[in-house]
Amino acid sequence: MSAPLTSALPAIWAAIIGVAVVFYVVLDGFDLGIGLLFPFAKDDAERDRMLASIAPYWDGNETWLVLGGAGLLVAFPHAYAVIMPAFYLPIVVMLLALVFRGVTFEFRGIAQSKPLWNWAFAGGSVVAGLCQGFVLGGLVEGVRVTDGAFSGGPFDWATPFGLICALGVLSGYALLGATWLMLKTDGDMARRAAAKAKFLLVAVLVFMAAVSVYTPLAIPRIAQRWFSMPNFVYLAPVPILTALIALMQWQWISARRELLPFLATVALFLLGYLGLAISSYPYMVPPSITVWQAAAAPSSQTFMLVGTLVLLPAILGYTAFVYWLFRGKVREGATYH
Amino acid sequence: MELDPVLLARLQFAFTISFHIIFPSFTIGLAAYLATLEVLWGLTGAERYRKLAAFWTRIFAVSFGMGVVSGVVLSYQIGTNWSRFSTVAGNVIGPLLGYEVLMAFFLEATFLSILLFGGDRVPRWLHVFSGIAVAVGTSLSAFWILAANSWMQTPVGHAIESGIAYPRDWFAIIFNPSFPYRLAHMLNAAFLTCAFVVLAVGARFLLAGRHEEEARTMLRMAVGLTAVLAPLQLFLGDQHGLNTLKYQPTKIAAMEAHWDGSEPGAFEIFAWPDEKTESNKFSIAIPHASSLIITHSWNGLFPGLKDVPPQDRPPLPNVFFGFRIMLAVGLYMIAAALFGALLWWRGQLFTTRWYLHIVANTWWVGFVAVIAGWVVSESGRQPWIVYGVLRTADAVSPVPGGSVATTLVLFVLVYGIVFSFGIYFINRLIARGVPETVPGAAPSLAPRIGVAP
Repeated sequence: MSAPLTSALPAIWAAIIGVAVVFYVVLDGFDLGIGLLFPFAKDDAERDRMLASIAPYWDGNETWLVLGGAGLLVAFPHAYAVIMPAFYLPIVVMLLALVFRGVTFEFRGIAQSKPLWNWAFAGGSVVAGLCQGFVLGGLVEGVRVTDGAFSGGPFDWATPFGLICALGVLSGYALLGATWLMLKTDGDMARRAAAKAKFLLVAVLVFMAAVSVYTPLAIPRIAQRWFSMPNFVYLAPVPILTALIALMQWQWISARRELLPFLATVALFLLGYLGLAISSYPYMVPPSITVWQAAAAPSSQTFMLVGTLVLLPAILGYTAFVYWLFRGKVREGATYH
Repeated sequence: MELDPVLLARLQFAFTISFHIIFPSFTIGLAAYLATLEVLWGLTGAERYRKLAAFWTRIFAVSFGMGVVSGVVLSYQIGTNWSRFSTVAGNVIGPLLGYEVLMAFFLEATFLSILLFGGDRVPRWLHVFSGIAVAVGTSLSAFWILAANSWMQTPVGHAIESGIAYPRDWFAIIFNPSFPYRLAHMLNAAFLTCAFVVLAVGARFLLAGRHEEEARTMLRMAVGLTAVLAPLQLFLGDQHGLNTLKYQPTKIAAMEAHWDGSEPGAFEIFAWPDEKTESNKFSIAIPHASSLIITHSWNGLFPGLKDVPPQDRPPLPNVFFGFRIMLAVGLYMIAAALFGALLWWRGQLFTTRWYLHIVANTWWVGFVAVIAGWVVSESGRQPWIVYGVLRTADAVSPVPGGSVATTLVLFVLVYGIVFSFGIYFINRLIARGVPETVPGAAPSLAPRIGVAP
């Protein structure tokens, strides 16, 4: 294999995993968001409708999380071997929370007592989102590494910044969920979803701003990245675009548009994600392991890349088909099973 | 008290993977059964196939859901608990798991939603196709995960440089020496596990005088399948054992509690293998029987446990008793299957109530055999995580014992709760019975979701 391709492989894989994470965050984000909004629903009939709006999708959505984990092991085993022990507790607790959430879809329909499973679904969603936020915050702040292995303590991730990220992720998921409901429901339910979306949009912007102010102040390499010339000029469109989209989204929510508020939330997620990627580049595990240092053997990356180039388009194809198949509003009185 | 992180990590992984394997070993078979029912309905148009498919689809959804959530855990635990293993073996194991996700998981998840909710939205052929796609997905998943596991048992096709495994020949890695045997043995086990559940449910309905037409169909299908697969499993297990003798002789020695390799092996019907005195206590044994089974000759010799130093021997009770439990259950399955076939041939299958009572209460046999078999295979691999390449004690994450102990307790609690509810809900679905009419438009086989176009 030629040398240029070999050195490009880690970058290609970083892009693929980046895309998988985006798919996970957006897709599982809206169904986690439905869980976050569960306690605020009017009644169990409304909760039935909420669950029905995501039931055909949740399993496929969560598979992106498996792809993210497996993809990291495939392409960046050295990063995987540091990140997983570093975030041991939040990752295990997140997985357990997802257990409660996942079984609710089938259990709640069979159970006589709905409240128990309402709480399992909401609680599982809250805890999973919080844990993901803490992991994100911990990664951005950096992981202690000695000789290529994690060398920190079990609670390194539990910082004030981690909490800001966790609350930011929760409000972002809830905003995805609320705008999903604007798309998938109608009448009074969609109207109340819009009211929630407005509140959540403000919350998301507050947390995004907090992260944007805190990270350059606390972490010099991030300040250097954003505020040195000419980076400052090139990177200025990221915050400007974020502000513009937020303004337009406010209008779209007020105008009770169906699809646009959801797409705008996705765009906000993409921009936030891009911002964090710019802050962290070229590290896979800030501040010590780069994308190239973490990479698997070229033979492993190539073997998997061949399969990915064939299988990923097929996956996107049939995933899109299922989204199309179950398109349209979830009507009043809809139940899952 | 000092907590041993290696022991805790092993206990935790043993617990989570044993819990997880319960569901795939059922759903691999059940997916194939659903696909068969869908195809039979498509071909014959007989209502009973359609009703049975609707009935089992609900049970499949509950079991599959529990399999998914417990499986996601495993894909992360490799890193959280075994990060040194990820570093050393990641180049080889990673892509095998990656292919499993891309080929199998998305396929299963996506087409299951068509199977569950698409009844009134897709044409009949697509519904049948979705059933087949889910079945293919579950088997592909087994293919890749067993390739990865088999490579850990019989690693080939790689080279070690500075302590890290680098792939050299992917074909050799995937089709490593123990893989074909393990794949055949496990897939057959999954089909048997499911068939014994179907047999039990059919017998339960018949005894209660409910859904008699569908119950007879289930009994015929289950008895017919098990009468072929249960004896076949004995043959596959024997072949798998011969392969293990060649590549992991210490595992065979532990299965047989065979200490002295210079003597022919006796088959220990019962014994307590004592690691201190290196002998078997309370032994009830058939002389030469192990030699006969393993080497196919009366005086055949095979390596004993004393051929390797004590620190290279697997934990004996797990392997020894696991093997005996698996074997006993397997022999019961053969007896139940062949006797059922005999009754069917004599026209007494549906009226021999004592037989129906027995099989109605032994729905769990396949699960016990699968877990016991995996205990033999995985405990028998110890003290290695990758046989001859990396020791389990060197594979663990730099995580304090307290964290592992905490999460172990959480896993036991959460899985205990979820599993209890799962069994309870599956029982309720069975008690609810086969639907008299399958709701929905003509091609609908599945329960519907109230989504309007």
